[in-house]
Amino acid sequence: MAETPTAARWSIRVVVLGYLLVLLVLPLALVVRRTFAHGISPVFDALTTSAAAHAFQITATVAGVAVVANTIFGVGVALLLVRHRFPGRRLLDAVIDLPVAVSPVVVGLALTLIYGSREPIGGWLTRNGLQIIFSLPGMVLATIFVGMPLVVRAVAPVLEEIGDEQEQAAYTLGASAWQTFRRITLPSIRGALAYGVVLALARSLGEYGAVAVVSGRIVGQTQTITLFVEERFDNFDQSAAYSAAFALAVVAVLSLVIARRIRPAGGTA
Amino acid sequence: MSIIARNVTKRFGAFTALDDVTIEVATGSLTALLGPSGSGKSTLLRVIAGLDTPDTGTVEIGGSDATRLPPQRRDVGFVFQHYAPFKHMTVARNVAFGLSIRKRPKAEIRGRVQELLELVHLEKFADRYPAQLSGGQRQRMALARALAVEPRVLLLDEPFGALDAQVRKELRIWLRRLHDDLHVTTVIVTHDQEEAMEVADEVVVMSDGTVAQVGAPQDIYDNPVNDWVMTFLGPVTNLKGALIRPHDLVLSADSTAESIPATVVGVTRLGFETRIALTYEGQELWAQVTSEVADQLGLAPGSTVYVRHRGPVMQVTS
Repeated sequence: MAETPTAARWSIRVVVLGYLLVLLVLPLALVVRRTFAHGISPVFDALTTSAAAHAFQITATVAGVAVVANTIFGVGVALLLVRHRFPGRRLLDAVIDLPVAVSPVVVGLALTLIYGSREPIGGWLTRNGLQIIFSLPGMVLATIFVGMPLVVRAVAPVLEEIGDEQEQAAYTLGASAWQTFRRITLPSIRGALAYGVVLALARSLGEYGAVAVVSGRIVGQTQTITLFVEERFDNFDQSAAYSAAFALAVVAVLSLVIARRIRPAGGTA
Repeated sequence: MSIIARNVTKRFGAFTALDDVTIEVATGSLTALLGPSGSGKSTLLRVIAGLDTPDTGTVEIGGSDATRLPPQRRDVGFVFQHYAPFKHMTVARNVAFGLSIRKRPKAEIRGRVQELLELVHLEKFADRYPAQLSGGQRQRMALARALAVEPRVLLLDEPFGALDAQVRKELRIWLRRLHDDLHVTTVIVTHDQEEAMEVADEVVVMSDGTVAQVGAPQDIYDNPVNDWVMTFLGPVTNLKGALIRPHDLVLSADSTAESIPATVVGVTRLGFETRIALTYEGQELWAQVTSEVADQLGLAPGSTVYVRHRGPVMQVTS
């Protein structure tokens, strides 16, 4: 656009860029500088210790399971909200956004209240050999909860936009509900779904608060990479803390780049 | 295959879309459901297809009860008003969809798709996507897709509604010829009386969720059951409190026993046809004559002309 920048426009730009610089770019740049203050080899060493490697593995497992669960659940809920009319639909629509509003710490505490080994449900599960709190299942549950709305909110508007005529046409041509979903609905929402999945993945990898409460932060057992960063930092092992933080930031930025590339192709608004 | 919808009622909340409707469609016929928007014609078509479930009443296709059958098992071809193309598939794959769902051999599908694309004159567009087609081409693709599975009945919901007038006329004639070749029982929903009269063997006129009249096009045009049907099917004018077709008014320069003197108010020439606006005892009416007749009479605003009528007359009841 060929606009002549006026003084007002320039000052808005300076304020916005300055704001982003101070809050976003500068801290990230400092993390990078601090990480590589002594070259690459200390970073490599810090990230390949058994504690770090284990933390990466835990994060990958927890985030992986949570993203798969949220993808299936998210598409299902989006279909339910857009394609069906039932009592309580508006309530469900509102509840889906709850994880965005509620602090993850509260989520962690709530899960502990249900599944803690001294609570009725958690106690029963523990006696039957399934420990939720201070163990992987609880961490997965917490991560699922915080990432819940992302796939739903990415997919639902696209479902709304494409309407249900193509699906009805498929029915009249003999396609079952599953065939219609696989061959008509899924290809139509592919772009939006991929965008939602990437966002959910980024959110799951970076989750701290809820996981911190339910994991018990047991080093070498239930420590995710975010918990690892915090623990190393508290123990004055700045090299490990900054190296892991840098790795997390790289994954996050990559996710955003992928998400941005998917979004226009998916044609979602 | 014949279609019988019996005592079908369908409500959407407080709105009654169909109120105890019964229709019969003969095997191999082309029947039009004709009515203004909100008359229930599209809902009736969707009930026949199984896309909507009637609150009460039954649907029979080919002599067996289909009321509880899902749309997948009714063996109907349905063409939607906006064609509902599968946007992520090429034209060929759109047409092949029903066959590939039925797991027919690849070679058979390829041959059948080619055949259908030739039938609808789209053989050059097989590898295009629906977004790259014009409205008329998308319409023909939707028709080929519906015909691919050799349905027992073909249901068309306002199939030409979104097309411009010229394309619409061409497709109408083409559809009629296609039907004469294939003889598949066809029901077409339209709000355009000219379209219904032109393509259909039988017309079902609907209003407010009920059937107002059923008959051959010419028959219902000539013998409408009430003034609403008469007005809906074609132009009318009011002569001494009765409805009459403006082309049934005969104008002459000389007075006769049954004619009335009227004053010419305006003359509008539309090529072959000329419309004459008249007044008689303060009442406005209009006549439709050929331009040749108008020229012979030398009609001009202010002149007097003698008017008598032929054909059906309908006393206004409502």
